[in-house]
Amino acid sequence: MTYALELKDVSKSFGLVHANKDIDLAVSPGSIHGIIGENGAGKSTLMNIIYGMHRADKGTISFNGQQVDVRSSADAIEHGIGMVHQHFMLVPTFSVLENVMLGSEGGLTLSEGRATALERLTHLSTTYNLEVDPHALVSDLNVGQRQRVEIIKALKGGAKVLILDEPTGVLTPQEADQLFEILKVLRDDGVSVLLITHKLTEIMDITDTVSIMRQGEMVGHRKTSETSPQDLAELMVGREVLLEVTRTPATPAEVRFSAKNLGYTNSQGVVELEDINFEVRAGEILGVAGVSGNGQTQLMETLAGMLPLTTGVINILGTEVTSADATSPRIIRDLGVGHIPEDRHTHGLILDFEARENMILGFHDSELAGSGKLFDYSAIQQNCEDKMAHFDVRPSNPRLSAKNFSGGNQQKIVIAREFSANPGVLLVGQPTRGVDVGAIEFIHKQLLELRDAGCAILLVSVELDEVMSLADRIMVLCDGQNVGIIDAEKADRSTLGLMMAGQKAEAAT
Amino acid sequence: MLDFLYQTLLAFDATLRIATPLMLCAMAGIFSERSGIVDISLEGKLLSGAFVAATVAALTGSAWLGLGCAILAGITMSLIHGFACITHKGDQVVSGVAINILASGLTIVLGIALFKRGGQTPSLPKEDRFTPIEWWGVEMMDSVPVLGSIYRQLISGHNMLVYVALLCVPLTAFILYKTRFGLRLRAVGEVPQAVDSAGISVTWLRYRALILGGALCGIAGAYLSIAQGGNFVKEMSAGKGYIALAAVIFGNWKPFTAFFACLMFGFLDAVTARLEGYELFLIGEIPSQLMQAIPYILTVLLLAGFIGKPRPPAAIGQPYHK
Amino acid sequence: MSKPTPPLPRWADIVLLPLINLLAALVLCGLVIFAIGENPFAALKVMINGAFVYQGALGYTLFYTTSFIFTGLAVAIAFHARLFNIGAEGQASLGGLGATLVAFAMAPIPGIIALPLAIGSAALFGAAWGIVPGYLQAKRGSHIVITTIMFNFIAAALLVWLLAGMMLEPGQFSPQSSLLPEQTWLPKIHEMLGWIGLKTTATPLNASFLIALCACLFFWVLVWRSRLGYEIRTVGQNQEAAHYSGINVARVIIITMAISGAFAGLMAINQIQGVSHKLILGFTAGYGFTGIAVALMGRNHPVGIFLAALLFGALVQGGTELDFEFTVITREMVLLIQGMIILFSGALAYMFNPPLARLLARIFGTKEDANA
Repeated sequence: MTYALELKDVSKSFGLVHANKDIDLAVSPGSIHGIIGENGAGKSTLMNIIYGMHRADKGTISFNGQQVDVRSSADAIEHGIGMVHQHFMLVPTFSVLENVMLGSEGGLTLSEGRATALERLTHLSTTYNLEVDPHALVSDLNVGQRQRVEIIKALKGGAKVLILDEPTGVLTPQEADQLFEILKVLRDDGVSVLLITHKLTEIMDITDTVSIMRQGEMVGHRKTSETSPQDLAELMVGREVLLEVTRTPATPAEVRFSAKNLGYTNSQGVVELEDINFEVRAGEILGVAGVSGNGQTQLMETLAGMLPLTTGVINILGTEVTSADATSPRIIRDLGVGHIPEDRHTHGLILDFEARENMILGFHDSELAGSGKLFDYSAIQQNCEDKMAHFDVRPSNPRLSAKNFSGGNQQKIVIAREFSANPGVLLVGQPTRGVDVGAIEFIHKQLLELRDAGCAILLVSVELDEVMSLADRIMVLCDGQNVGIIDAEKADRSTLGLMMAGQKAEAAT
Repeated sequence: MLDFLYQTLLAFDATLRIATPLMLCAMAGIFSERSGIVDISLEGKLLSGAFVAATVAALTGSAWLGLGCAILAGITMSLIHGFACITHKGDQVVSGVAINILASGLTIVLGIALFKRGGQTPSLPKEDRFTPIEWWGVEMMDSVPVLGSIYRQLISGHNMLVYVALLCVPLTAFILYKTRFGLRLRAVGEVPQAVDSAGISVTWLRYRALILGGALCGIAGAYLSIAQGGNFVKEMSAGKGYIALAAVIFGNWKPFTAFFACLMFGFLDAVTARLEGYELFLIGEIPSQLMQAIPYILTVLLLAGFIGKPRPPAAIGQPYHK
Repeated sequence: MSKPTPPLPRWADIVLLPLINLLAALVLCGLVIFAIGENPFAALKVMINGAFVYQGALGYTLFYTTSFIFTGLAVAIAFHARLFNIGAEGQASLGGLGATLVAFAMAPIPGIIALPLAIGSAALFGAAWGIVPGYLQAKRGSHIVITTIMFNFIAAALLVWLLAGMMLEPGQFSPQSSLLPEQTWLPKIHEMLGWIGLKTTATPLNASFLIALCACLFFWVLVWRSRLGYEIRTVGQNQEAAHYSGINVARVIIITMAISGAFAGLMAINQIQGVSHKLILGFTAGYGFTGIAVALMGRNHPVGIFLAALLFGALVQGGTELDFEFTVITREMVLLIQGMIILFSGALAYMFNPPLARLLARIFGTKEDANA
């Protein structure tokens, strides 16, 4: 049979990194084909090659049995490829219609093509249930609606292959279900859907076939009906996965950290957090679960003093912080709070600084940088060497720039720095995002050790498995509100899933 | 009363003449900045245009050739800017500074080498310049009170490039809001990734925006040296490119509002010359330096959000990396 | 995503690449000289003689170097916080105003107090003119590039107003002040050498050169050894991370602009307290912009800045010599060179990087790693 899309021997490297190596892939017409792999496995690069955003160093790409040279996205679009990017490619200041028209305006002036574009848009939105107001400004749409615009854009030229890159990361389970319904209609209409994800459940739920990527290579192709999540997980990480973390029950002591009626409204007046209440005791981990973008980032940042609270009180080891107090990360840190930020590249590290300078980020005023007025680089070097040894950072070279460490080792630098300050309270965001499996286990073990040493830990993660295996209690955020807090022992996926969609804990159980 | 009216008319007339190069440069700035490229090099392009126009007109005796070559000069400067900050992803501000200094240096060095007059070009005879055009029926309209004077002073009697500048404003608006190129241009200044993923070349789009801007600056330069003036004098752009940039910001990167900003800045300048030495009722004499600094002060206040809220193109200043 | 090129070895990045950029700029300028019918090598020879060889030439060169060190440091310290200060010109003007005002106010006061106070107020006025754009950037989000450009023009208008009005020396027609009290003048280097019995040619080189050298040392300690310097560099690298780590980003931006403005303001002491002994309109002569070229070429490091300032000092001094020797090439040639240098060492800084890296990789093999 002829495949809608076929890749043979495709390779691509950036500098010295092999992002894709000898990739083979075949997608049948009218099917949903999943591509699964960990963060950094090379999925997005591969899709960008198919869509012409990057050029492959070698290998061939064929559409409907015809080998083609995709030099640009224009070529890809011409060959019937549509793509919905992970980060939406929409112009917020444009209307939906203008966004859809971009690239296929139908004439030198806009008036010529406007009517046909509107017609096409309406047609697509009725056929595939992609409801959206053509004249609304994109900046006024919510995430789900924006995604629909992206799909219409991808389909407008009559795409035969539709690529979706991590489309559910920003959706609630319901919105994701809606999306999957749309994809099924598309499949039945003869479109080949290529779904990129790192979530096993999605693959099992919706795809017909699946390909597995690991470290830039394609390590297997399966029929979804003939595989299991365990099988896929093993292929993804390259060995038996240890989803279970060995841990002892927590022995919570006094309340060290609490929030009452916490709220945050951003500068545009959007309420991002509302009425959040929780307490964390010494020696326990409170996990925060939720679909990404439901207030987790704002929660972490208000607690860390990076954003001002709008309402409520935070109590840190007996000191109260309210919206009336001028807070800052400095003040919170000095109260004894450690903070491992969600995104180590934008917050946790200065990528161009040496490891030893990163090891004093946030502590450059302390003894760690030397006891005198000026920096003492021998002290800074010593401090870094000690911590690198203790936390097994490799390579253990304090003079190496942070950007030259692997994701896992970068994260270990951040963890080493924050743990060593002996925090009474620790805020941890996405501790294992983009981290290799070996480092994940190490980091999990360190977190549990710190808990057992009596630290009160608040852990935010969009990986439900991580929250479930580490936390003692789980708080679920939806739309900036606390849906409920349940004991980790009583929590299962379906309960948490419903809570993540906004159902209260009582109703969910 | 009539005298006051006449004075006002003259002030408006001067406003238009002063604002002409500002309008052209501001439209150039809009094209460039709307595409996501910071353009502090308006000044240098304007200066190069002025020099080349005067030089070519002096050498060939043709104002039209002067104008054509000034446009080419503006475009050349734009291409250098583009080569540095589009092709090589260099810093747009650094590149702009380089072009402004290059233009200062080159115009003087070449001017001295060509004409040996300390950087000036020879004065052009009237027929080698763009001279005021008298419109049809001016004599006839003279008999009509008020309207006749307005027609003669304000509407008629400017050189061709003034009218070109005035036309450029609606034309820029049309291109920006009604054409395919304009849609893509506005998109590339906001979210270049969206343009790229729609199969449109970000690079070529931005180059085209810069080329258009270069051409407009070239015309503005020609206006300075072979229409309003009769030769090139070193540093004759005298900060007008920066004022135009201020007008772009003041106009919130929109053609018509930028046009009004140009008129306002032009009017301030025109009034300054007329107020010198006059005691204003209750206020006393306003130092002309203060008047000249007003566009800059206003721009600072505007940028600081004290008057309105500027919204620059979202992707401005950032080189596009795939 | 970059093309697959091997990393450039450190020595090549620090020494070779800037030299290639400089060479490219000079070659293009040479072509312009050639195009206008002169011999670029003859021009180069005249400039070298004029800058270093003739009697007293070095003194003049170092005099200009002094100004460029100050403006170069001003631009560079801002660059470390990733702030583009195009306003050194205006800050230097204000520095001149500060020095002049205080010097006049100090007329009856002995030099031992008046002189340092005048120098200090040059730095203080420059700092003030830097703080305002810094504050507007930090607190109101105005783009510092545009604000500092505008502040140059505002400073220029202010100086015209003062110098054509209340500060104009009676009987003078060109806008300048009267002479400063003599005790606020900075001693010339040849005078200072005279105190210890060395006889040298009289040149405008004055004590501010020594102050500039101290400023270089101060700059190095500040940026790489002080806690504030760490904060400045952190803010420059990543404001979000700086905020996360507890650094008060707005405060650092304002302080950095104050320091930057102070360096720029000190440029005025070289020109005013050192040589002209009065405030003259336009005394900054575009040196604030030259500071951009100096900082870019000097890679924001005081050693590099000193060398780049020396180069520009030589260009300016050698350029004046061009006026005497040639009819068609003049000192404005230096502007052209300056523009080319900013273009090649700034905007096109990395144009030669990939080809050079590939060439070196072929010569030395790929095993060299910049970070190893």
